[in-house]
Amino acid sequence: MSAGVGVNLENLWIRFGDFVAVRDANVNINGGDFFSFLGPSGCGKTTILRAVSGFLEPSEGNVLIGGNNMKGIGPNKRPTALIFQNLALFPLMKVWENITFSMEIKGASAKERRKRADELLDMIALSGQGDKLPSELSGGQKQRVAIARALCAEPDVLLLDEPLSALDLKLRQHMRSELREIQKRVGITFIYITHDQGEALTMSDNVAVMRAGVIDQIGDGKTIYNDPNTAFAASFVGENNVFRGTVKKVIGDEVMINTNRSGDLMARISSSNVGKMKEGDDAMLFIRPEAFSLAPLGTQGDHFVTAEVHKEEFEGNVFNIFMEGEGGKEMKVSLPNLGQSFESHKGEPMTLEYDVHNAVALPAGVLATE
Amino acid sequence: MKNFSLMRISIWVYLAIFFAYLLGPLVIMSVTAFNSPSFPRAAPWECLTFEWFSALFQDERILNGIKNSILVGLGTVTLSVAMGLAGALMLTQIWPKLRATYYTIIIAPILVPGVVIGISTLVFWDRVNRMLGLGADSFLSSGLFLTVIGQSTFIASYCMLVLVARLQRYDSALTEAALDLGASHAQTFRKVLLPFMRPAIASAAVLAFLASFENYNTTTFTFGEYPTLTIELAQKVRYGITPAISALAFIIVLLTVFAALFNEAKIRRQELVAAARKTATVEELETGKLRLPGFLSSNTAAVLLVVVAMATIAVVGTATVYSPAQCIADVKETKRLETELRIQQLRERRAQEAAQREAEQGANAPATDTAPKPSNDSGFGNVFNPGTLQDGGTETPEEEPDNSGDSSGSGSIFAPSNLQSN
Repeated sequence: MSAGVGVNLENLWIRFGDFVAVRDANVNINGGDFFSFLGPSGCGKTTILRAVSGFLEPSEGNVLIGGNNMKGIGPNKRPTALIFQNLALFPLMKVWENITFSMEIKGASAKERRKRADELLDMIALSGQGDKLPSELSGGQKQRVAIARALCAEPDVLLLDEPLSALDLKLRQHMRSELREIQKRVGITFIYITHDQGEALTMSDNVAVMRAGVIDQIGDGKTIYNDPNTAFAASFVGENNVFRGTVKKVIGDEVMINTNRSGDLMARISSSNVGKMKEGDDAMLFIRPEAFSLAPLGTQGDHFVTAEVHKEEFEGNVFNIFMEGEGGKEMKVSLPNLGQSFESHKGEPMTLEYDVHNAVALPAGVLATE
Repeated sequence: MKNFSLMRISIWVYLAIFFAYLLGPLVIMSVTAFNSPSFPRAAPWECLTFEWFSALFQDERILNGIKNSILVGLGTVTLSVAMGLAGALMLTQIWPKLRATYYTIIIAPILVPGVVIGISTLVFWDRVNRMLGLGADSFLSSGLFLTVIGQSTFIASYCMLVLVARLQRYDSALTEAALDLGASHAQTFRKVLLPFMRPAIASAAVLAFLASFENYNTTTFTFGEYPTLTIELAQKVRYGITPAISALAFIIVLLTVFAALFNEAKIRRQELVAAARKTATVEELETGKLRLPGFLSSNTAAVLLVVVAMATIAVVGTATVYSPAQCIADVKETKRLETELRIQQLRERRAQEAAQREAEQGANAPATDTAPKPSNDSGFGNVFNPGTLQDGGTETPEEEPDNSGDSSGSGSIFAPSNLQSN
């Protein structure tokens, strides 16, 4: 397994007229990594991908692949292969012709191509389906053919543009692990674009969270989830309950926030913001639904929250409780189903407790709207 | 229930009328091609004959016209499809704000009358020819070149419309995918876009050829020394038409039927093969043991195609040995007899009429003595002496039944009988 070829984005700006699609992106992607760009639609992640694959020239800055500047090099000369959102299989070519298109371009004989196609078809578990047309395949099979076609070109970097978004849930979950498997087997760099944080977290070595052309945070899944850099990252990745307020007191890497609704609450300052939060600043406090546990009703303290229950839901593995939250929004609490009895508290107040370490304090910022 | 059946009947009646309107002229014209009278007519049926086909194939001008039409057609197809494809590609690539304007400009030749296109082509290329200092026999003033250019100006627009329809369904991601996989732009065009466009290109080519073949109003200005079939036909019709033209039309209809059936049969077969492939198992596909349906199985169009082909061969076979000479001779004889009979009848009728008139005049003679009938000869002789008619008047019309008008003026004045009786 080779170490793979890394990709670097240096001060990358991409503008369309007055609109700035990508603003000063700096990313280092290690060779052989599975790297994801995660963000809502329209945040510029596909634009970055197109700049890497060569369909777009950056307005400023550089794209480096394996240390080589790609300026002025067309998509057909770059060591990348792109898997399109709609897969873009050639509808009039058979599966094996699709897969070996890159060899046909180089003038390989039909026999060679057939042999290579059979190898790749074995790899994607579609042996013997080479003579079908793409229209005769199911969604998941097409997906795998598109991957095989890209791999056949032996790229150093494989770019995937939301390839799973068109699939149904079951297939999507299956393809996640399959993609990861394939990536480990071929050992090349994968750059993956998605708006689905589940996909990004499960598959990636590293994730870049993007918002409106700006990269908010780069890190592995755990860091992104547990230690977000910005309010956007905290609210976009996974579910989170937000408490707005102002900083009352900073104690080392912890902070006391005077929240609008629930009084003074303690939280840990996210690691990138330690030392940046001062008394009197607007702040946001994030607590994940699963970070709460039940406490005796009416308990007061800097890590207790009391609110009225609006709605209750049984999801199998968890009980979801929706409580009156801030600004008319609901606050979600997920309690694991451990076989305990659970009485309905609908319409009644309830007190919850959380571990200060599991609450993250961040400077106030834009939230993700879902 | 009653209403329902009434509804159905009226639908069938409507369909019958519709198809009669649509196909009736073609059927009647086809029939005239096999009827022997030298003016094309379907009724009365005289003799089955194939002589109009041989007359057609001996007509140098028609054959030359067909040859020129095909030449012009091929040139127009090549030029129009190429320009149409370029135009269609441009339309999808162009800056969106310009698209509507561009579309209007490129579609305009369809709206311009063909006559105007013909004249302007002629004038424009004549100018160019002169500017280049070329003579009247240069390539630029050749009828073939001018006709191809002139027709292509608007046929290219038709082609573009056909091609744009297909191109709009083209996913530009396919081009990007090909580029991404290392193909050059030329390779992408050849290996991805062109195969995708092939059905539309074929349709556009057929359309272009037909439009070129039937074009008259543009060609009439540009044909020069290359008169096409339509030009030749138009010139012929001026001096009266023969069933040879019907024969030509019949051949064209037959070719069209063949092409349509062939196309239909092909499409149907493709559908059947696709269906068979869909239900095939992987092993069958792999080992090549998949039994594809035969060409004729459950394919009405293919069966019809074969039947029509057989019928054509049979008819051509019959035509080579069949001689309508006897029948034509019979018909001639019948006609001759008929004519004679008719003359005979006419004579008898005239004789009768004359006799009647005489009788009437005899009866009315005293009363109408001074007032001659307007139908009577205005000569002098018999007016004043009606008795002369008795002798000479009965004979004259009988001998010259067709020259009844001859007696105007001094018709029977010089008749010897007149003198005699006077």
